[in-house]
Amino acid sequence: MPTVSSDLLDGVRAAGPLQLGIAPFGLVAGVAAVEQGLSVTHALGFSSLVFAGASQLAMIELLGADAPLAIVVGTAVVINLRTMMYSASIAPYFRDLTARSKALASYLLTDQAYAVSIARYGRDGETDRFAYYVGAGASLWFVWQVTTVAGALLGSGLPPEWGFDFAAPLVFLALLVPTLKDRASGASCLVGGLVATGVVVAGVPFHLDIIVAAVVGVLAGLGVESLGGDA
Amino acid sequence: MPTGYDSATVWIVIALAGVLTFAIRGSFIYLFGRIDDVPPAVESALEYVPAAVFAALVFPALLAPTGDLAVSVGNEKLIAGALAALAAWYTERVLATILVGMGALWVLRFVV
Repeated sequence: MPTVSSDLLDGVRAAGPLQLGIAPFGLVAGVAAVEQGLSVTHALGFSSLVFAGASQLAMIELLGADAPLAIVVGTAVVINLRTMMYSASIAPYFRDLTARSKALASYLLTDQAYAVSIARYGRDGETDRFAYYVGAGASLWFVWQVTTVAGALLGSGLPPEWGFDFAAPLVFLALLVPTLKDRASGASCLVGGLVATGVVVAGVPFHLDIIVAAVVGVLAGLGVESLGGDA
Repeated sequence: MPTGYDSATVWIVIALAGVLTFAIRGSFIYLFGRIDDVPPAVESALEYVPAAVFAALVFPALLAPTGDLAVSVGNEKLIAGALAALAAWYTERVLATILVGMGALWVLRFVV
């Protein structure tokens, strides 16, 4: 009979290998915050209140560029829309939780916590699913907080000619590549990326590039899918 | 470029983004039981959000790092990014991607 605490520890262990990706990502997010003139407390605020790497990194860059605040927040929402997909997919496993546990589960819902948990749920019906999920999610949360603060403390000391700001698009690149599963997602990537570049190069005001690219890119993916271009 | 926004404004942005992010994540976890299925159209649209969004965050930084289109071998970020893309493809690891990309950028900048 699996116990609650052993399932919790299993979750922590399962998230272990993913921490190798979270840690440098967190450092980059911390460094980026101070490079854009934000404080260490702001960096920690982003990590604890938003707790969403890609969107917090994008928001930090938009704040640094003095983009309108509606665009900063709107871009974060668009980037985080993918977690709605995770929410839908994992919801059946959490339906019997209390409202408070559901709140914790929602707060901890990241790409990594989702991926680790859904893989386990598919394999094993005996697991205390919530304990396993919290083990994975909370340990990822902890490493994220520590590494963003470490990055923010380190950040102000880095020489600008080393170009550490380039680490941000590299993180996004590492997130992008595994999403390319078929022709339709490839079309979303290519069209989204090129539209965003076009918007930037054309000098369209208000930093609308990500929002516009997301809409056009998703339509491109749906278009290719409806043509039966899967494979 | 340091931001022109003051500290209080940044906190408002953080709080607002925090609430909205929580609402998105909690959406179906809370709704489930009331609507048992995600509308199929929503589901297939959401499926393409990650590729489109992450590409929108990557392409301009490589193809137009200064805001002007720069598709040439002289664009060190494009070359370094291409090598990092190979690393991402073969390792599927964030750390390896960062190391290859930053390493290539430094070689192009300080050695070549």
